[in-house]
Amino acid sequence: MQYDRVINKRIADVPPSGIRKFFDIVRKMPHAISLGVGEPDFVTPWAIRDAAIQSIEDGQTQYTSNWGMESLREKIAAYLRMRYHVTYSPKDEILVTVGASEGIDLALRAVICPGDEVLVPDPGYVSYQPCVTFAGGVPVPVRTHAKDCFALTPEALAAAITPKTKALILPYPNNPTGGVMTREQLCAIAQVLEGTDIVVLSDEIYSELIYDGHEHTAFASIPGMRERTVTLNGFSKAFAMTGWRVGHLCAPRELLSPMFKIHQYTMLCASIVSQNAADKALGRAFETNFEDVKTMVRSYDRRRRLMVENLNAMGLACFEPRGAFYVFPCIESTGMTSEEFCTKLLEEKHVACVPGTAFGASGEGYVRCSYATSIENLTEALKRIREFVEEHK
Amino acid sequence: MFSTLDMHILEILCEDARVTPREIAVMTGSDEAQVNSAIESLQRSGVLVGYQALINWERTDKEFVQAIIEVNVQPQREKGFDAIAQRIMQYDEVKSCYLMSGAYDLMVQCEAATLRELAQFVHSRLSVIEGVTGTSTHFMLKTYKYGGVVFEGGASDRRQAVMP
Repeated sequence: MQYDRVINKRIADVPPSGIRKFFDIVRKMPHAISLGVGEPDFVTPWAIRDAAIQSIEDGQTQYTSNWGMESLREKIAAYLRMRYHVTYSPKDEILVTVGASEGIDLALRAVICPGDEVLVPDPGYVSYQPCVTFAGGVPVPVRTHAKDCFALTPEALAAAITPKTKALILPYPNNPTGGVMTREQLCAIAQVLEGTDIVVLSDEIYSELIYDGHEHTAFASIPGMRERTVTLNGFSKAFAMTGWRVGHLCAPRELLSPMFKIHQYTMLCASIVSQNAADKALGRAFETNFEDVKTMVRSYDRRRRLMVENLNAMGLACFEPRGAFYVFPCIESTGMTSEEFCTKLLEEKHVACVPGTAFGASGEGYVRCSYATSIENLTEALKRIREFVEEHK
Repeated sequence: MFSTLDMHILEILCEDARVTPREIAVMTGSDEAQVNSAIESLQRSGVLVGYQALINWERTDKEFVQAIIEVNVQPQREKGFDAIAQRIMQYDEVKSCYLMSGAYDLMVQCEAATLRELAQFVHSRLSVIEGVTGTSTHFMLKTYKYGGVVFEGGASDRRQAVMP
């Protein structure tokens, strides 16, 4: 059989994730310190795990409504209203998805017609551009810069819009840069979009992980923007629940309805066990006034400062990230490319980072370091990176 | 009232008491002098009471026995349980002592070099204290977790090494 004649060319042409290669090398180095992990180093709190176990013992093993469990949707509605001042009806404006990742796929497939352009801030999460391509669209990278703290500027947005522009992905707090966008900055973006039919996919999965007294602004809360916004969020980052795969997709009913249709025919529903766990996560957060989240954020914040201070001190200029759990230092002073830096650092010092280029062309000259690991690991990793930089001067 | 800095300091030291004031200052975005004075004040007010290493003695050659002793006491007029607890905790064998709700009053954690020494402590010193009405001794066989740290059978990092 000639596989290359069978496989869809559009899929085959998408290059494999730039992260994969590093994963394969690190796997062979059991003592390497990994700053390449994009998930919390906390285990899901016991009360949440226990609720899932309990639900299995009670025999809750069936499908749920395609929308997701009603009690969970009601809690999600309350959560978004309380935390981010956006209102969605639990009846038909909130869809429980298999992680925010499914939400991205659903939203893109529901709006993209062949050849439509989707604006994607670059650097950005590795999945956006491939998902646009899979859906038949054309990803259009929009460069963001360290001097703007990697925020999307209204000028860059306006310059990228063409008659074919169908959607904009707005991923803040940002992976890989840790950049956030303030309410004022989002308002400026809103002004550019006003009067167009551009749909905004606001990926707010890191909304709880925000530092330095900043507050997360949901894009749908900007006046006039709700009608065009699809709000993506989930439980992975805020409640350390990556492996459970639960997210939520919220949009006005006319916009959500086609996404719901795809979900209904392809996924049916998110796992009932995970939905029960998510229900507990929110219930508990309401009862304790988000105490677990606050403790977690304080802990990330300390590591963030430790990383920024030390990377800057060794000459790897590092803008101060105000969200997520990544720092994105510039490694140009070493004279190496991102890929070279990461490969050599891994081989010589057994520290794994991800080259900025894995997140788009404008990631060249940068590397992503995740600080979702212990202070002990971070301190050792920083020591080794310092040695590495000295040795390559 | 605890400041955010106080909370940061306690959480950092609780995780690793070796972190220096300079490092704490970096992690909290404050200056070293501020951290030093916060630590001093936490010590003075009896919040920060010590800095000890967590040791899994079971992995050393040291021979010793540990027991949890449930102690029932007759509370004293005006002093309640305090006077008798203070009497009990004077002994070197006593490593920790708590006032409890439930079926008994004081939970006393003891340690001695041999079983005989520990037995002797219980019957000839602890149970004869005036006001102690009964004891029940449970020997500890193995430590799985102590001070928030898993000693035996702990899970390592289960995450994939590199993820988007």
